[in-house]
Amino acid sequence: MPAEIVPGPSGYIPTPAVFEEVELSPPGYGLYLGQIVDELTAMREAARAMLTRRNPTIFPGPKILWGWNAHAMEEAKAILELSAEIPNCRIIPMPDYRPKYPKIDPEAEINPNHPNLTILHNKIEACIFVGVHCHYANLSLRMIRAGTNCFTIALCGELGHEDAMVSIRDLTPEKIRRFKEVLIEVREELGIHHSPTPPPENPSLPQEDFQTLSVLDYGEYSYLLLPRKDEQVTDTE
Amino acid sequence: MPEQRVIDADELILKTERQRKFITGAQAMAEAVKRANVDIAIAYPITPQSEVMHLVGDIWAQGYLRDYYRAEEEYGAMSAIAGAVRGGARAFSATSGPGLLRGLEAIASWPGHRIPVVLGVLTRVVNAPLSIQPDNVEISYLLNCGMVVLHAENQQDVFDFTLAGFVISEKVDVYIPVAVCTEGFFVTHAKGYVNMTPEDLKLPPRDPYKAPVPPTDCEIPPARIQRDAPVQKSNFMSYLIHAVWQQEIWSSNRRAMKYINHYLGGPIEVVNEDAEVFIVASGCAAAQGREAVRYANMEGLNVGLVKVKSIRPFPEKQIRQVLSNAKAIIVPEHNIVGWLAKEVKACIPNSDAVIGGPRVYGGMTLPVELIMEKVYDAFGIKKSKKVVV
Repeated sequence: MPAEIVPGPSGYIPTPAVFEEVELSPPGYGLYLGQIVDELTAMREAARAMLTRRNPTIFPGPKILWGWNAHAMEEAKAILELSAEIPNCRIIPMPDYRPKYPKIDPEAEINPNHPNLTILHNKIEACIFVGVHCHYANLSLRMIRAGTNCFTIALCGELGHEDAMVSIRDLTPEKIRRFKEVLIEVREELGIHHSPTPPPENPSLPQEDFQTLSVLDYGEYSYLLLPRKDEQVTDTE
Repeated sequence: MPEQRVIDADELILKTERQRKFITGAQAMAEAVKRANVDIAIAYPITPQSEVMHLVGDIWAQGYLRDYYRAEEEYGAMSAIAGAVRGGARAFSATSGPGLLRGLEAIASWPGHRIPVVLGVLTRVVNAPLSIQPDNVEISYLLNCGMVVLHAENQQDVFDFTLAGFVISEKVDVYIPVAVCTEGFFVTHAKGYVNMTPEDLKLPPRDPYKAPVPPTDCEIPPARIQRDAPVQKSNFMSYLIHAVWQQEIWSSNRRAMKYINHYLGGPIEVVNEDAEVFIVASGCAAAQGREAVRYANMEGLNVGLVKVKSIRPFPEKQIRQVLSNAKAIIVPEHNIVGWLAKEVKACIPNSDAVIGGPRVYGGMTLPVELIMEKVYDAFGIKKSKKVVV
């Protein structure tokens, strides 16, 4: 019998859900609290958490932030549409996976090596991971369950995540939009009145002028950018 | 080289019509590599592995692999494998005994760095004095690395485990290396019948973007020699990161079980599940155990066999269930430490029922009669004649 995977804090060191017999859901199904459920149920429970818990936040990862392809761009658009439907929703990116010393800015980003800093600083009680590579998402989900009371939701392009409270697999832009529709339905059932509002600008990130933007403006993230055709990159680490 | 057509992994492994050949274990491993759409093989020669890598060199020369080279030694070989796999290639290597231990630091880092690769482990003595003879104590050094460890009984297993190993290791929810172990000489240099998939069909190429980690860009500077930066303690950095990282590797290891069920018919094979006395064995000790079951049944003794194919993940639940009514459990092994007996004892409630042995090592063969002595002991049958060299 698989264990129930509930919001933490679960203690000093978490027991991985896999060790407690939680298995990834088959195609067409999701996970809710470690149990395999139909996808609609998983979406409804995820929506309920994002609508009723404090400081709902979406954490987009590199597959969306840096995915230079039409699929990633469409997913990014769908995530923005989803975020606009969630009252007081914020977006805090997970731009990469390297540990940051001595400390990240928890308002600017979340990092898989110490995701609890961002969760605790912003008092986030419900969050969505999307576009994060599975290995790093699993690290984060487990650490968040260990030390915070955050309800975690994984929207995964692959097979899903046992350590999330809700896991939805095989993500596509269409599925994100279906989740948005389910969320609107649940919001109406809960009697929450809300008109679509884009999330606020991230206060810790400088405004970008796309007319004059250069690779150098990306600072330590500049290595993530592809050089343009025929561009010669001479600087190396 | 015949033109090879890409075919779905499930089709290739589970559904294609197979051809029967009489070949050595080394040939079986090379034949599996031939059908696995491998990009690169890197190794350093050591007996008895050199037979495998010689044959892989041959199929590279025939055009089945894109690249192949001999590294400077095993540490270099295993490090280079990690680099090739990070860059998106499907890679293969093999080693034996002292070579495995020389490469072990790099090999032990593969699971944590999420390196999906197949490593052939053709076992031999590792201890001083120097010897090249069969002994599988080296498998015990692999058990705590986090990788999937399969142990092949015969040439057929070597082919099946190697081919399926590539598929299992690259599953997104697994994505850790697979070691395909078998006994040097007893299997690698001896011939047996192998039912093989058609030579003109191969696995789909590796898709490095279908992964739980990003592939490393090996072409655009700045070049990065590893994907994961060190995680050190700081005032704002928790020790927990390394703990959950280790948990993720062992979670991945457990997730491999469903693919072992799918591609290899499960982590164990049971012969005579209603037996009173069981022989639990892996590798070519399972072949001798199988023969002992035949001897015992001819004498009217109710003896069964549990062949353990997967050492990691270890099939605790399945073994516990099969052995729940066993009066005695005999664990023959090709090593002195009895690593399989320890594994079996640890997963059943009645560990006193385990008879740790017979064990042979240093190159000695495992006569069926030696196992039968334990069978007679288990049934309380007195025999005056002992097996002697």
